[in-house]
Amino acid sequence: MEKSTVTQIKIKARTISKGYATGELLISYDAISFYGGVDPDTGTVIEKGHALEGKSIAGKILIFPRGKGSTVGSYILYRLKKNNCAPLAIINLKCEAIVAVGAIISEIPAIDKPEKKLCKLLKDKQQVTVDATNGLLIYNK
Amino acid sequence: MQLTKEEQELLDGKHGNAEKKSMEILVALGEIYGAEKLISVSSVQVAGVSYHNLGDAGLEYLEELAKDGKIRVRTTLNPAGMDLKDWKKQGISDEFSEKQLKVISAYQKLGIEPTATCTPYLIGNKPKFADHIAWSESSAVCYANSVLGAKTNREGGPSALASAITGKTPMYGMHLDKERQAQITVNISVAIKTLDDFSALGCAIGRKIENKIPYITGIKEADTDQLKIFSASIATYGGTALFHIENITPNKTIIPKEKTEIIRKDIDNAKKVLNDDCEIDFVAIGCPHASLDELKQISKMLEGKHVKITMWISTARKTMEHAEKLGIIKAIKDSGASMAPDTCMAVAPLKGRFRCMATNSAKACFYARGSNGFKTRFGSTEQCIEAAITGTWKNQR
Repeated sequence: MEKSTVTQIKIKARTISKGYATGELLISYDAISFYGGVDPDTGTVIEKGHALEGKSIAGKILIFPRGKGSTVGSYILYRLKKNNCAPLAIINLKCEAIVAVGAIISEIPAIDKPEKKLCKLLKDKQQVTVDATNGLLIYNK
Repeated sequence: MQLTKEEQELLDGKHGNAEKKSMEILVALGEIYGAEKLISVSSVQVAGVSYHNLGDAGLEYLEELAKDGKIRVRTTLNPAGMDLKDWKKQGISDEFSEKQLKVISAYQKLGIEPTATCTPYLIGNKPKFADHIAWSESSAVCYANSVLGAKTNREGGPSALASAITGKTPMYGMHLDKERQAQITVNISVAIKTLDDFSALGCAIGRKIENKIPYITGIKEADTDQLKIFSASIATYGGTALFHIENITPNKTIIPKEKTEIIRKDIDNAKKVLNDDCEIDFVAIGCPHASLDELKQISKMLEGKHVKITMWISTARKTMEHAEKLGIIKAIKDSGASMAPDTCMAVAPLKGRFRCMATNSAKACFYARGSNGFKTRFGSTEQCIEAAITGTWKNQR
């Protein structure tokens, strides 16, 4: 039998909104304004010049540094969830009130302050698990 | 964060779902911002009222909370997407008005007064100096902290609502005196006199210092209407929740060594940037909602005149009713201008209805451009009214 070389990596983070999700990763190096920056009916990023402009955040494990813009953004996350086009989970470098509140009311698992620099470890489209209840990001290497 | 027995029970859901959800929001915010505990608030202002912003999902969230939620402290509401009584006159669709009224009913079911104004402090929800409160609506937050000396962070709609339902807010940021100290001294070396001067000044300072707390010197006097429009502008363009003005605002602060200056060129430039080259087809005054004094002045300017283009004057319904009793509204209506209570040019669904809006408020320019896609003209109240009467914009001087 072939030996498995897969190792499971666990990175500690802080719980923002409890829950558990596994899926494909989408990385944004730009902050995201959900109000005005994301179409609430499709999940497509519409902010001009944004790193993810034209891409959909629906059904993805979404990494972005932080939220920005109007506090109405919390309700936009909720609309995305109800329209089935919210991210599966959110990972922030440092979460702020708009995203935290939006994730909690929408029951989207969310974590922030990961112990390690994720941009060096992870790539777009990689499969990862967010165990927000226990404050963990889990992936296979 | 330390929770009392009662707070823990709310979080565990022993008193219902609305209180559980609300406590989850407040505890999460407290953890994020390093609050040691929750504190009681005496007043709440809730944003997230226009159906234009909430959509069906937002409405659903409010209806869910209203199933078993009730507010514990005095709570008032931000403007809605339409005049809540006379929306037909505003050309609002039946579909929109139906949904907007459902939003209002959900808030009423929670026990909230449907005041629909961004100036709660003008219609009775006026906190006292040093009161802890939880307000959303950035202009009202800035006014409450800076002019009234109450203490609130810049809350979003859901977190303010969570405070209304639990009567609590996490103690961090603006609730702590050490966080309320000025961070930069801003000397104003140009005379600031009119409403549009104050509005442009807020824009210039906000752009220059972003969300730092300024200690502003060089302003000789300012009335409450000027401070109201300044609060809206500096909060929109900078993001601060608090400012200090030497000899005018009531809060104590250290005087920062770091200094910057606002000169005539900064004010002229702020005004220039707010002026697009366009033919106006809409005039809108009342961002923030006009006070009784402002309505008096507008009424005087419009007396015996006729406006050629659509003109909206936004105010709180209570302020309008007060003005009606004093006979102030008649001259405005006779001129053909429209009163737009409960709503404003920034939150009503006006996209596509107009191309170029004239206003005396820099904040109104920001939202008219951003959410309604209008071009803008910015000037004094007199200039705006003159433009409504003649149908064309004239630059000052």
